[in-house]
Amino acid sequence: MSSPNPHPENASVEVINLRRSFGAKEVLKGISFKVNAGELFVIMGPSGSGKTVLLKHIIGLEAPEAGQILIDGESIANPAVREKYRMAMVFQAGALLTSLTVGENVGLYLTEHRLKSPAEISAIVARQLEAVGLKGLQDSLPSELSGGMQKRVAIARALVVEPHLILFDEPTSELDPLMAATIGREIYSLNKRTRATVIVVSHDRDLAFSIADRIAIILDGEIICMGTPSEVKENKDPRVQKFIHAEISPSTT
Amino acid sequence: MYQNIGEILILFWKTARSFPSLWKERQKVFDQLFEIGNASLFMVCILSLFIGGVLALQTGPVLVERGISSVLGGMIGLSMCKELAPVMIAILVAGRIGSAMAAEIGSMRVYQEIDALRTMNIDPVRYLVLPRLVAIAVALPTLVLFSIPVGWFGGALVCDFNQKIAVSFDPFFQNLREVVEVKDICNGIFKSFVFALAIGIVSCHQGLVTRGGPRGIGRSVTKAVVNSIILILILDYFLTRFLLYVQK
Repeated sequence: MSSPNPHPENASVEVINLRRSFGAKEVLKGISFKVNAGELFVIMGPSGSGKTVLLKHIIGLEAPEAGQILIDGESIANPAVREKYRMAMVFQAGALLTSLTVGENVGLYLTEHRLKSPAEISAIVARQLEAVGLKGLQDSLPSELSGGMQKRVAIARALVVEPHLILFDEPTSELDPLMAATIGREIYSLNKRTRATVIVVSHDRDLAFSIADRIAIILDGEIICMGTPSEVKENKDPRVQKFIHAEISPSTT
Repeated sequence: MYQNIGEILILFWKTARSFPSLWKERQKVFDQLFEIGNASLFMVCILSLFIGGVLALQTGPVLVERGISSVLGGMIGLSMCKELAPVMIAILVAGRIGSAMAAEIGSMRVYQEIDALRTMNIDPVRYLVLPRLVAIAVALPTLVLFSIPVGWFGGALVCDFNQKIAVSFDPFFQNLREVVEVKDICNGIFKSFVFALAIGIVSCHQGLVTRGGPRGIGRSVTKAVVNSIILILILDYFLTRFLLYVQK
């Protein structure tokens, strides 16, 4: 039984013995961890280690074969939980609806759920776009924006939901270092400003160690290490050391 | 195959259940109606004109030889409204609109746009499938309604101007009026309505189950068109039998 959440604007996430296979390949091998309410939790791991699949389970896009995901102690399998807790996910490629304008994408949640009047939605959209540095781009199409700008639109779209829980899938992939740092700062300030629980999946070590409250490293469907950034850095497991210190150099090639 | 049929029936049931939210989705329905009408109306007119013409060209000389050219109007009239217009226009719409539906939804699936909708608690069936299904169910019978008189006109033109047939407009349309009844036109409209539901649901389903990037989208489009056409022809047989039984 989990203790009551003191902040109604966020939610804790508990993953218990999560298992998932695709065909003969077991992608998640009994993963368990807990993310505290309001925490910025980064899941690191190499490509193909099961990070994105894990994220999709947390938000309910995939159903586990075994195990449970609890949001503030309530199972995500219960449709009422999806109604009770607002959740948002920023996909790796943004996943903006290409047939809609940037403004329509950002306001989609409010428009579809009839939560505000069109004038209020316009104002909120303008405010959120300004917050991510994309002021005045409401009428552009996603295809007219760069990858980094599309990701920022996706962040604005997620923020409109005023989520209790926000998930980021590889937020800095395919971005130049400057843009990656900007996105990292935005995720950090978002967590501090909104107090929403944030889970980031990434293989970007710089991002993870600079913004995370805690880090988990996942390898071949198992969590091999979890702790604060300094605890992870000091972890003696050779697999952890290999992952966090891997570099391209003549000796490694 | 059985899994596909089951999934299609479930999708149809889910779409039917989301019908009460149709009013909310009316703008999307209008957008889709415009897309379908805009994409198909001109093609429908051309196709129907030539179907009527070919029908007259094939049957006219044979009937003239046997001295029964006076029945040409009724024969072409009935063929167009009961069979050719609904089936041929449905096949055209499956090719043009069904393929577009499968491609659009398929690309949304592949590029995680549908996942994004689900994370925002927006039901993809209500958002994507319902407006398309309603629009095609309204548009196809309307297109068939256009197609029937255009086909008659095409038949009449050939009958009048072809020297071997030489049946002018007046006797052609007089016979057509004697033979074709309103129920025959309704018959064709009803068939086209069922075909529209089949095309819409098969295409949307194929889009929703798309996997594997651009090649997967291409595969889905092909499957949507081929399966729709097969279904149209199978349904046509059973609908014809059903309507003949009902009209006895």
